[in-house]
Amino acid sequence: MAEHIETHNEQKNFLNVTSGFKSWFFTLDHKRIGIMYLVAILTMFLFGGILAILVRTELWTPERTIVDADTYNQLFTLHGAVMIFLVIIPGIPAALGNIVLPLLLGAKDVAFPKLNLFSFWLYCAGAIWAVVSIILGSADTGWTFYTPYSAETNTAVTPILFGAFLLGFSSIFTGLNFIVTIHTMRPPGMHWFRLPLFLWSLYATAIIQVLATPVLGITLLLLILERALGIGIFDPALGGDPVLFQHFFWFYSHPAVYIMILPAMGVISELINTFSHKHIFGYRFIAFSSIAIAIFGFLVWGHHMFTSGQSPLASMIFSALTYSVSIPSAIKVFNWLATMYRGNIDLKTPMWWALSFIFLFGIGGLTGLFLASLATDVHLHDTYFVVAHFHYVMMGSAMIAFFGGLHYWWPKFTGRMYSDRWGVIAAIIVFIGFNITFFNQFIIGSQGMPRRYYNYLEEYQFGHQFSTIGGYVMLIGFIIIAVYLAHSLFRGKRAAANPWGGTTLEWTCPSPPTTFNFEVTPVASDPYEHDRVIYDEATDSYRTVDQESVPDGGKHDS
Amino acid sequence: MTQVFPLLAQFTLALQSGGDGTFWMPPRSSTVAESVDSAFYFIYWISVFFFVGIVAAMVLFVIRYRAKSGRKRKKAPHHNLALELTWTIIPLILVIAIFWWNFKTFANLENPPRGAYEINVTAQKWKWLFTYANGYVTEELHVPAGMPVKLVLRSEDVIHSFYVPDFRIKKDVVPGRFNKVWFEAPEPGEHWILCAEYCGTSHSDMLARLIVHDPQSFEDWLAHADDMYLEMPMAESGQAMFERYGCVQCHSVDGTAGTGPTLKDVFNHEQAMTDGTTVLVDEDYIRESIVDPEAKVVAGYQPVMPTFQGKIKEEQIAWIIAYLKTISEHSPQSEIEAAQSVPEPAGEEGAEGEDQSAEEGETTAKDTAEKDQPAPDDSSESNGGEQGEE
Repeated sequence: MAEHIETHNEQKNFLNVTSGFKSWFFTLDHKRIGIMYLVAILTMFLFGGILAILVRTELWTPERTIVDADTYNQLFTLHGAVMIFLVIIPGIPAALGNIVLPLLLGAKDVAFPKLNLFSFWLYCAGAIWAVVSIILGSADTGWTFYTPYSAETNTAVTPILFGAFLLGFSSIFTGLNFIVTIHTMRPPGMHWFRLPLFLWSLYATAIIQVLATPVLGITLLLLILERALGIGIFDPALGGDPVLFQHFFWFYSHPAVYIMILPAMGVISELINTFSHKHIFGYRFIAFSSIAIAIFGFLVWGHHMFTSGQSPLASMIFSALTYSVSIPSAIKVFNWLATMYRGNIDLKTPMWWALSFIFLFGIGGLTGLFLASLATDVHLHDTYFVVAHFHYVMMGSAMIAFFGGLHYWWPKFTGRMYSDRWGVIAAIIVFIGFNITFFNQFIIGSQGMPRRYYNYLEEYQFGHQFSTIGGYVMLIGFIIIAVYLAHSLFRGKRAAANPWGGTTLEWTCPSPPTTFNFEVTPVASDPYEHDRVIYDEATDSYRTVDQESVPDGGKHDS
Repeated sequence: MTQVFPLLAQFTLALQSGGDGTFWMPPRSSTVAESVDSAFYFIYWISVFFFVGIVAAMVLFVIRYRAKSGRKRKKAPHHNLALELTWTIIPLILVIAIFWWNFKTFANLENPPRGAYEINVTAQKWKWLFTYANGYVTEELHVPAGMPVKLVLRSEDVIHSFYVPDFRIKKDVVPGRFNKVWFEAPEPGEHWILCAEYCGTSHSDMLARLIVHDPQSFEDWLAHADDMYLEMPMAESGQAMFERYGCVQCHSVDGTAGTGPTLKDVFNHEQAMTDGTTVLVDEDYIRESIVDPEAKVVAGYQPVMPTFQGKIKEEQIAWIIAYLKTISEHSPQSEIEAAQSVPEPAGEEGAEGEDQSAEEGETTAKDTAEKDQPAPDDSSESNGGEQGEE
């Protein structure tokens, strides 16, 4: 085994096969594109995080703390838009998905490598427009761009709308690429029910990206036209309807919630399975629940408008349909727990992120019930309860899964290990900081604190200060992560092909892989058969063995 | 019973603003609040049950099945259809129960009872105005206790949202349509009205007080509500109107430019207009700017001010003019003095308190208050045009 690793280290891998700016910016290699996405997304995460810290710092006192009201409104708008459009939506699919999707298929690349590169360029263009909008007088509409406010405000709404429009195309192209790749490039032996669960979730995500994102594009374009030409689609003075914008917007943006959470669930399925060293429980229920969430997710957008004056009948139907999403979500959680049951749980860093996810998604998902319910939502709508809920789902679940996935596949694509001890410490700090920040926002929200408030009543100050402290705790956690990952890049121990005991195909190719990943197209069988990998104490890693040669399925201790 | 987190008891105290409030919810001050809260706690306890179960199982499994790298146990089943169907169907039944409970309460929230006392609400950046059947306008909402009150919501500009946490009611105020919301407060008291839909710079300052009177004192209040301004110096009444009609949101009185020009030191001054002409700001120009704001727009500003034609009374315009004189240099001194003095029968000390104005209201010389008494049954007719919408 040691010899095996030696030979690969001498070989050129995808990271060092060529060098220079052009070799990256014009690359067609899915792993390099994925890494460029990763760098861009982490940069944007840093930017969005600084905005969040500024927002939280301003809220330390009920009156002005560090910025004026207009600046505060711009800060939270930009924080939301950057985190949603530039970080979470592309986070798992475009960065991690690009890197590992072909590896999970035993393939050499995605189906359309040039389209893949083009979608990255569109991402960069979208990010540049977002920056341009800041220079021109950052938008102050909230990331939801509700009309008629967004049609009237003097701030630079149009550039950021155009940026989001471009990012939408980036997302569509990535989705299209993944659908075609999963359909056409599966290796011999991989029928649909041998698809790793991360790919089921990426597939479900891609369907939403392709079907829903065009609606966002059209809506943003209509709003740009409304601002530029006053066409009157949304302006009541010209016969338009501002609530129509909300319908258009949420017709995309609610499914977009599932663009963010489905891949996260897919990552968690992989992590729980690998670190429990046990076959995933209820594969088909998990796979079908991804598809069910993708389908039901299209039918629930009206639950954002229970207080808008839409017909009570419509509200009733949207509410009922919204619960349908909660069932497949619950199924996944129960299946993850059942996977851990009688497993061999190895508490490596990625598993800590996965456990965090179950805890935080439990809260995020269950508090969704209060908002899907008609009577309670009327009270809670547009309060901090909603803010807390979606941060538990977006940050506490989607971003936590992103970091879990990053730590899981890091050795694969960098070829280096990071400090597991610091990894665990950072995961715990982020988890604690997150709960300090957001849990009490449920309470101040249900007590009546509306969202997007620059000044607030003094009775809420205690809760806000709690949140602000939590924000800084999280910041410390992320700084630790940045430090040990940077250290790992240059000084980290060389990673073996399969450091965790993963059973899917990406762990059979070298770390880091060569440009074309696999020398021979592998043959796929059950993706979660743990008898196939056995622990090698000498290298502290796992190797794949021929199924027939290990009749007993590895070591047993009970 | 609801104090499930003893460690957060401090928190509970910090947030409880009244005896009726709970750890999660503000005081219950409307007739629907009780059923909203019981729906909330029904979901809450289901959530607590599942969350505690999930986390307990997770922690238990991590401890019980923790293993060093490479250790493996015997095989466990990959699936179990009966188990999986069970944990699909039980949550399904529970969410149907949650839905039904909430639907019944929502149906109640959405349907105002017949004969509810009606008040018109106008939202604008960043102010609430409440118009009663007799034409009286306030910036605090006064309502009778023990009687259903229906609000007809209208926006002057962007979307706002009318939110009273203590009543558990919220309804967006959408330009181009009349939304309605109703409540019944059983007890007299004071509550906050908040804007819950983001509406720009001063969104978070768009608060108003909601005052619940017992029914008799509500009628007395309404009968004499506007009288106090008749007893005050014109300039002070004008300042009150300047705030009531939201002028102050765009026009500063300290010289800084806002959405509109400042009104400090403009009276009796020349102002340049967008069409290049110059206008002397006098009584007539101020009146014209209020009722027909786009007729002559000050250079450097957009014609965005709404007209107040039909919303403001002539004598209220006169009061505002009197107020503007007091904040301008070069106003004739005699006029300032006239504006600051109480012109008619009230005594030297001025009648600033509501009590006194209520007593003397009948005798004032500037008696322009509407005579209409609040009459719940008539009000629906007088607002019939709006009620017909939607």
